Amino acid sequence: MNEIGLKELLYKMADDLLILGHRNSEWTGMGPLLEEDIAFSSMAQDKVGQSLALYTILHQLGEQDPDTVAFTRNAGQFHNCILVELPNQEYDFSLIRHFLFDMADALRWEMLTQSSYEPLSLLAKKVRGELRYHTLHATTWMKQLGSATETSIARLQQSLTTVTPFALAIFEESPYEKEIIESGVFEGEKVLMEKWKLKIADVISQTQLMLPDWKTITPMLGGRTGKHSEHLQPMLEEMSEVFRIDPTAEW
Amino acid sequence: MYGGGNTFEGVKTDSVAKEDLVKLAEFEARIARGEKIEPADWMPELYRKQLIRMIEQHGHSEIIGALPEGTWITRAPGFKRKMALMAKVQDEVGHAQLLYSAAETLGKSREQMIDDLITGKSKYSNIFNYPTFTWADCCFISWLVDAGAIVNQLANAKGSYGPYCRALERICAEESFHLKYGHHCVIYLAAGTTKQRQMFQEALNRWWPPMMHFFGPSDKISTHTEVLMRWKVKMGTNDEMRNQFLDMYVPKIRELGFTIPDPNLKKNTTTNKWEYTEPDWEEFKRVINGGGPCNKERLEVRRIAEERGKWVREALKSSTTAYVTPLA
Repeated sequence: MNEIGLKELLYKMADDLLILGHRNSEWTGMGPLLEEDIAFSSMAQDKVGQSLALYTILHQLGEQDPDTVAFTRNAGQFHNCILVELPNQEYDFSLIRHFLFDMADALRWEMLTQSSYEPLSLLAKKVRGELRYHTLHATTWMKQLGSATETSIARLQQSLTTVTPFALAIFEESPYEKEIIESGVFEGEKVLMEKWKLKIADVISQTQLMLPDWKTITPMLGGRTGKHSEHLQPMLEEMSEVFRIDPTAEW
Repeated sequence: MYGGGNTFEGVKTDSVAKEDLVKLAEFEARIARGEKIEPADWMPELYRKQLIRMIEQHGHSEIIGALPEGTWITRAPGFKRKMALMAKVQDEVGHAQLLYSAAETLGKSREQMIDDLITGKSKYSNIFNYPTFTWADCCFISWLVDAGAIVNQLANAKGSYGPYCRALERICAEESFHLKYGHHCVIYLAAGTTKQRQMFQEALNRWWPPMMHFFGPSDKISTHTEVLMRWKVKMGTNDEMRNQFLDMYVPKIRELGFTIPDPNLKKNTTTNKWEYTEPDWEEFKRVINGGGPCNKERLEVRRIAEERGKWVREALKSSTTAYVTPLA
């Protein structure tokens, strides 16, 4: 098995989940209704927990411990897609991001239950149950708000148009894609993206929203190789503000 | 936590005289026998009004209290703290949900309650009008403000209104985890580096006066409403609650080697009561009436959240369903 390729896969998944979990947690106390504060917090806890599980596997593969990895790297060392680091903005933006990302993430974990790398397939079998609730939450809201009022439909449509170029970059391929696929660790980003497009289209067809024509969209690539938007570094600085007071201290 | 269901405003009892005397006697007899009053039962107007006010303000304290702690979720040091704090603050928002439902059983909608919060018509726990400057402030809240709230809430859980008592029982069960979490955080600061110890000592210095205010004005200056005690709406005096808190937590704070910033704080072994420097009640009044360091900011954040979420709530409305009071 190609260990660099495996680590790259683990890092990008872990970083996606940590960063999006962090963003989801920013809805605490700010949601459009209390029930949404609570829902986004639950998903945040799941995602940060999943990222911890992945960093733990990486640690077993010789990387530094999860706290050091998560709280001391700078933006250039993160492998997450740009989508997850963007600020929460309005609820429609957060919902569309949640929908597009979690539909992909649920499929990814589902595929990974078949991974030849056992620590990952075992984790995937546990995590896919959590993802079921995340996608149930996302699709319920998409169907509700995507067919409700003129305002809600227009807002979701606008965000869908803004977010899709970033969402397509979830599937930015790794330089080790071929090895990862051949060794049976993961079926690869292309397969995942095709499955995702079908799932997305199925939900969108039950709303009054329109999916953009995929061929016209240029994916906002770069995140997987450490090229991020201006939003990631300040977020990481906030995240590590206390940790950095004394990284050797126990908190 | 957080607020613990206290109201410190004066109460007008005139309406009691207009109640049906037979029904009133029956109501009071039920309470005296330890029965719970349920939403559909007859109750005096003052009982209803006072409970709405109390439960609603408790609910408000939960969501406003989520703000000073919530700002530290994104800064919590390390996975363990980050995940625990997320879960803890989420619980508090869940408590607001439970409490608003309990208050709704008495006839006031959640929307109306939140409107009254934003316009300043109804209050919330004063302690959240102070800022959390450091991680240690956040730890102070998780441990000691929650501890204070538990003292209030355990007392109120023995009150007479069924839905409120049941909500409080669930809340107290979750609070006991918060208390453990908060205490754990403070133990790590206490056993940590000089800088960490100093951070908590400074937080203690900042938060001690608002913590003493937390239980409300001294019995010497607050108006006792005997009828609310008899109806088991108020379950103990402010000084009794404060004394209980001091009994339980002064030794724990000192055990960790911290100094409580009140040279007069000591237990009188004859009366078995704590003596302390009288808190500044003028400051308490000023803050409760909007003059605290964070009142404007807290309400502004809440107002913005409500405004930004309005279109979502509108989109959930259905023309075919009617408002239903929650079961509690």
